[in-house]
Amino acid sequence: MGMTMAEKIIAAAAGVASVKPGDIHTVELDRLMSNDGTTHLTIDMYNKLKNPRIADVNKLVWIVDHNVPCDSAKTAASHKKMRDFAKEHGIRYYEGEGVCHQVMMEKHVTSGELIFGADSHTCAYGAVGAFGTGVGCTDYLYAMVTGKSWLLVPETLKFNLTGRLNDGVYARDFILSVIGMIGANGANYMAMEFGGEGLKTLDMSDRICICNLCVEAGAKTALMEVDEITLDYLKARGREPKHNFKSDEDAVFTKVYNIDLSTIKPIVAKPHFVDSVVDAKECAGTHIDEAFLGSCNNGRIEDLRVGAKIIRGKKVHPLVRFLVVPASAEVYRQALAEGIIDTFMEAGAIVMNPNCSVCWGSCQGVIGEGETLISTGTRNFKGRAGHKDSFVYLASAATVTASAIKGEITTADVL
Amino acid sequence: MGKIFKFQQDVDTDQIIASQYIIFPTIDEMKGHAFESLDPDFASQVQPGDYVVASENFGCGSSREQAPSVLKALGVQAVVAKSFARIFYRNAINIGLPVIVCKDLHDNVNAGDEMELSMQEGVVRVNGKEYACTKLPEYMQGILDQGGLIASLNE
Repeated sequence: MGMTMAEKIIAAAAGVASVKPGDIHTVELDRLMSNDGTTHLTIDMYNKLKNPRIADVNKLVWIVDHNVPCDSAKTAASHKKMRDFAKEHGIRYYEGEGVCHQVMMEKHVTSGELIFGADSHTCAYGAVGAFGTGVGCTDYLYAMVTGKSWLLVPETLKFNLTGRLNDGVYARDFILSVIGMIGANGANYMAMEFGGEGLKTLDMSDRICICNLCVEAGAKTALMEVDEITLDYLKARGREPKHNFKSDEDAVFTKVYNIDLSTIKPIVAKPHFVDSVVDAKECAGTHIDEAFLGSCNNGRIEDLRVGAKIIRGKKVHPLVRFLVVPASAEVYRQALAEGIIDTFMEAGAIVMNPNCSVCWGSCQGVIGEGETLISTGTRNFKGRAGHKDSFVYLASAATVTASAIKGEITTADVL
Repeated sequence: MGKIFKFQQDVDTDQIIASQYIIFPTIDEMKGHAFESLDPDFASQVQPGDYVVASENFGCGSSREQAPSVLKALGVQAVVAKSFARIFYRNAINIGLPVIVCKDLHDNVNAGDEMELSMQEGVVRVNGKEYACTKLPEYMQGILDQGGLIASLNE
């Protein structure tokens, strides 16, 4: 019987000829990413081990992105613990470089790898055909010490894409539509695989956006077929694929969805669930206090270009704070070179350093009681962006920017 | 016997422990804020041996292991839900917090009801009625039995 991409990557990492959904295998991991959300706890557990050791320090990448720069003495203590440990053990360490997943995509991930990240959005790595999955700090520590872990082979949902997105419709609208269709646990424990002719119309930024959000449907990982766009992206960054797996013709998928990209419309996810999606026009007129363009989901140069094109020559609404946060230092410098940062600042936006920002609601830009945020962030859970009684709407870079100008939710076409 | 604290579907890990607390140095400093947005009295009222009972997709969202860790630190004996989100489920087993799938329990019990769990028999008993639970796969039960994943590193 044939295997899916997810099954092939696990089989290779387990050193066996074939695997099937439901099997549990011990796998060798290629990379282990951790950020400042949990690393301080990992270090505490490490220090309590009877025989603390690191299997292969070259697999480890530690990235400070959630609270950077530090916002309190407690955060500073956590970061210091992480920084000192990384230095002592020779762990690759980034601080101020950007949001962890964007940094990983820019510098490390390649096709066919199996990667644990102590962050749920690690599934973003599927954009280049890598099996990335989110874990907690105990899993992370075990993998750090042994180089291995256990993995239950997931079933796979296949998404065959045809057509192309219409002008004014973005990858964010597509993946929110999918999450709305299958629900917040529609892919729980499963892999989501994307392929078909329609995939070729989506650039790497679109692909990262789509894979990144699959965990909001519960997915264990997301995977995209490796093609010329993938290989060009890797080659430009000096990397080769580890494996170039494709699902077999006779691979077994739990369900197959055929989606024509031209049928997708601008979408908004309403508070407080990512699968609570509606046509963006249904939210038109909703008052907003803040708008956020950034995050590992939509803070790339392509997203900033979309926003800048809409806001050029216009002004942010006087009652709205518009936060623009490039996802990495590389993105930030590119935006500077293209004059995009000037455009946002001339319009009255607040441009921040690369970090997770208000997407995770505990650093900069948090919103107060009763306030409403429209965001390109990853989640709209209750209290996610600040006060427990506040409201977050999720939308594309275009809808967020247009809403920041109008002071209420609107799509860019009617601005 | 332990008391039931009842929650609905799609409870995400931001509700179990909010972002502003997860960077606190220790779990003990975080635990007083568990479920703060949904039930501000939870952390002060829950007693060792009590249970969290929830509907579908409990623990969705962020991978923060602080979520099962604060529940364990408060003495929660087990979380019993119709279904669990993947990362929470895995984290809970790894730290030695029992997570039990029981499809029929949530709709038939109330907050404050007294409950008894037998993991060996795979049943919970509440108000004189018995509800069957799904047993863990052997591999995962083994991790739980040894007290969590880290125990194996110290052997």
